[in-house]
Amino acid sequence: MLKPTFRKISWFFLILFCLCFGNACVKHEDSLTVGVFASLTGTTATFGQSMNEGIQLALEEVNQSGGLLGKKVRTVVEDDQSKPEEAKSAVLKLIQQDQVLALLGEVASSRSLAAAPDAQNSKIPMLSPASTNPKVTEVGDYIFRACFVDTFQGSSMARFAYNDLGLRKIAILYDVKNDYSVGLMEFFDKTFRELGGEIVAKESYSENDIDFRAQLTTIKGDAPQAIYVPGYYTEVGLIARQARDLGITLPLLGGDGWDSVKTLEIGGKSVEGSYYTNHYSADDPSPVVQNFIKKYQEKYKKVPDAMAVLGYDAANMLFDAIRRAGSAEGPKIRDSLASTKDFQGVSGKITMDPQRNASKRIVILKIEGGKVKFFKSLEPS
Amino acid sequence: MIKFFQQIVNGLALGSIYSLIALGYTMVYGVLRLINFAHGDIYMVGAMVGYYAARIFTGGGSATRLGLVLLSSMLVCGLLGALIERLAYRPLRRAPKINALITAIGVSLFLEYFGQWLFGADPKSFPDLIESQQAFNFHGVVFNNIQLMIFIVSFLLMFGLRFIVQKTKIGKAMRAVSFSHVGSQLVGIPINRIISLTFVLGSVLAAAAGILLGLLNHKIDPLMGLMPGLKAFVAAVLGGIGNIPGALAGGLLMGIAETLVSGYISSTYQNALAFILLIVVLLVKPAGIFGKSSQEKV
Repeated sequence: MLKPTFRKISWFFLILFCLCFGNACVKHEDSLTVGVFASLTGTTATFGQSMNEGIQLALEEVNQSGGLLGKKVRTVVEDDQSKPEEAKSAVLKLIQQDQVLALLGEVASSRSLAAAPDAQNSKIPMLSPASTNPKVTEVGDYIFRACFVDTFQGSSMARFAYNDLGLRKIAILYDVKNDYSVGLMEFFDKTFRELGGEIVAKESYSENDIDFRAQLTTIKGDAPQAIYVPGYYTEVGLIARQARDLGITLPLLGGDGWDSVKTLEIGGKSVEGSYYTNHYSADDPSPVVQNFIKKYQEKYKKVPDAMAVLGYDAANMLFDAIRRAGSAEGPKIRDSLASTKDFQGVSGKITMDPQRNASKRIVILKIEGGKVKFFKSLEPS
Repeated sequence: MIKFFQQIVNGLALGSIYSLIALGYTMVYGVLRLINFAHGDIYMVGAMVGYYAARIFTGGGSATRLGLVLLSSMLVCGLLGALIERLAYRPLRRAPKINALITAIGVSLFLEYFGQWLFGADPKSFPDLIESQQAFNFHGVVFNNIQLMIFIVSFLLMFGLRFIVQKTKIGKAMRAVSFSHVGSQLVGIPINRIISLTFVLGSVLAAAAGILLGLLNHKIDPLMGLMPGLKAFVAAVLGGIGNIPGALAGGLLMGIAETLVSGYISSTYQNALAFILLIVVLLVKPAGIFGKSSQEKV
């Protein structure tokens, strides 16, 4: 009785073994594989979805024009559910199992930071489309970004608030668990004080909180002229509503974490009259922008948000780097990404600085009449 | 001072939602000596059903619409509560307590992840059934109409519950079951039916809490029951588990303490506070604040 059972079990394991390894080792010899990790579900789902849509549009275009190095390009997309720990395991899977030659992702700085050390250790270039926290690219020389850093974003908003809006007393409400939010808060705070303004209150919340009335009540008591809320759209919408419920009618100021249709959907009338810094504006009349919007609308039947633009730009920067490197090896792609200069992206002319951060312009948008409108643009200093 | 009173008002609104959830924990504990960890997730289902019901019932004034949404969600959750009791807990009635407890955790996880699959993991924005506005302004302390309505609805529900428990035959039977299963059975009380009804009542209150929270804070998602569920459980223990006025007081205390901590210290510590409060109260009064009056167990 024992023997046949044992044989059965060995057969089972043999088949399992073949399945596992057979699958993992299938190499797509005729194509170049790029790994994408994004928050397709969870609290910042629109970020990941938009970014991936931008990437897929760029991918389609590059393949239509004959691919790269004589091969077609394909992407493997992994969802990290808007969680840093999932981002780490998604990236490990992409590197080890799919053997990608480069990585595109993440939008959120905390998730890019969770994944970056693995990319760095395996010498796989990682280009984050939209993580603005300075720490992300400090992980190592294989980590790049296609957007500006929070130092620039935070100080631009501080300068804008002080010079253009003439504000002198501002309160800050930031997400204490989020690297992006904490970074923006620090740089805004620093610049605004240097200019001579006053930060009258600094309150915090944590991701997934839904009640902000306590913090807002404290802020109200300190009588600021505006509230800087460098958070993500779900919380921003709720904060705006609850502020209005408490009778706070001050304008809110924010960063690119606001850039989602959900800000207006959740915030409704409460976000009227607010300003935020962003990577691009759909109102921008320049042909590059309008051309991109047209192509995007044809494919997805909606107006692209900034994350879609950055996804598109990041993918194109990577493709451009592979083309210039003439090779699909990690170190060579890294070198050619690092030497990107005056790359014409939809979000502006992009040059990689020595710290592997994209240096480019920033736009300030205003929410008016239930729409997001272009207000001003600032060049990097 | 204005700031302090405003925090109290905010805390009371949040606290009455905790109280509503805590009542469900306390009632089930009273009759079964079971901590029903799935209760927080029934509250989530309540909010979700409310969200979809609000899309179906679009006509009528805001009051009728709110009434319909509340009723349909309470109905669905009441049935769900009875179903969970019938399928998950009743077969384990004679098993050791720990088995039922672990099953409760299983049911909780099932509801959370089944919810993610069914409703999607993205947070949803609860519709404005009532236009939010200032109800009145008392020397700078703002009372929002939704906060006010939450007070009123929660207190009406709690008085309704108290009436059922104290003045009706069913309530009498529930109190009897909470004293002794065997004894109640001997005098002819159908204990299975009474336990079912306890679950229904608790779930109905949780459904109402879910909708009130949706109206107050707008964001609902399949994992929303986790933290409020735990906090309501703490509230129930604070007040003395098994005790109805205790659950009410515990919930309000938690809500106020939490807003005061967020307002004066830091929001980072608001969850830590809930549990510190629990430890301190249990050290001083192991049975909870109202623990002595255990005659009122339900």
